Amino acid sequence: MELAAAKMIGAGLACIALVGAGIGIGNVFGSYLSGALRNPGAAATQTTNLLLGFALCEATGLFGLVIALIILFT
Amino acid sequence: MAAAMAPMEQFAVKPLVEHPLFHLFGHAIYFTNQALWMFIVVGAISAFMMAAVSKRSLVPSRLQSMAEISYEFVNNMINSAAGDEGLKFFPFVFTIFMFVLFCNVLGILPGSFTVTSQIAVTFALAAFIILLVIATGFMRHGIGFLKLFVPKAPFVLLLLLVPIEIISFFTRPISLSVRLFANMLAGHTMLKVFAAFVIMLGGAGGILAFLSIAPFALIVAITALELLVAFLQAYVFAILTCIYLGEAINLHDHH
Repeated sequence: MELAAAKMIGAGLACIALVGAGIGIGNVFGSYLSGALRNPGAAATQTTNLLLGFALCEATGLFGLVIALIILFT
Repeated sequence: MAAAMAPMEQFAVKPLVEHPLFHLFGHAIYFTNQALWMFIVVGAISAFMMAAVSKRSLVPSRLQSMAEISYEFVNNMINSAAGDEGLKFFPFVFTIFMFVLFCNVLGILPGSFTVTSQIAVTFALAAFIILLVIATGFMRHGIGFLKLFVPKAPFVLLLLLVPIEIISFFTRPISLSVRLFANMLAGHTMLKVFAAFVIMLGGAGGILAFLSIAPFALIVAITALELLVAFLQAYVFAILTCIYLGEAINLHDHH
């Protein structure tokens, strides 16, 4: 198989990591929403944890995307 | 098809001046576009802060209240994560937050170079933060700092937990730096790829040139998202710094 074709396939496979990121981020925001609708007064105190959880979740997905970009472009 | 896509060219670090400035340990040090943009970022932050506090009115003007808001924002961040002792680190955390924020936001300007999209820059920041956390922990608690790795658990669980805690502590600088780097890299690469689509569709002529409005609208939407991500990533970098410093200062006691 040529190198260019293998690179494309490798990059595509590495992007499967973003599935986990999508599920995780949906989970984080869904839990925040259901908690905030039960107890609106306490919702504001958890925005820090919300944004922190979102960023940590997104980061693991982006680690996979970085591998895809490295495979594709170097 | 038109010319091949080269979305990674925007991240190339190029020397702006032909001759190296000086030599350090056998390596030639050039003045690069990265160094130029770091100077621009520091100049922008200094100009903003100095202009904002030049007139110390009790009822602040718009510019002064922006500086006051950013001060209070970082202050609350440190207070909630590290407590009162952590306020000693306020200048450090404020510098990190403003530097990363301005680097991220100024990188959205077309034709600019995003300093934080280089793993060298983000890893240098993260490595410095972790070394500061370790130094603070040992200076404050002596050898007792190693109790950070020993949570409250039955002894059999500790045999498994302590190696996990140690490993997770040492992957912190990697995750801190790669999170910021990957977010900036991915966002800007996506923008360049969509821009290439616009050019390719526009150059194809006929109905395809009309369709090039779709990736263009996407570029506008993604630029707005990039602005949000720039701010969010700066905030997350700073709050994780505060959390790590807070852990070093008060080992396991939470307020």
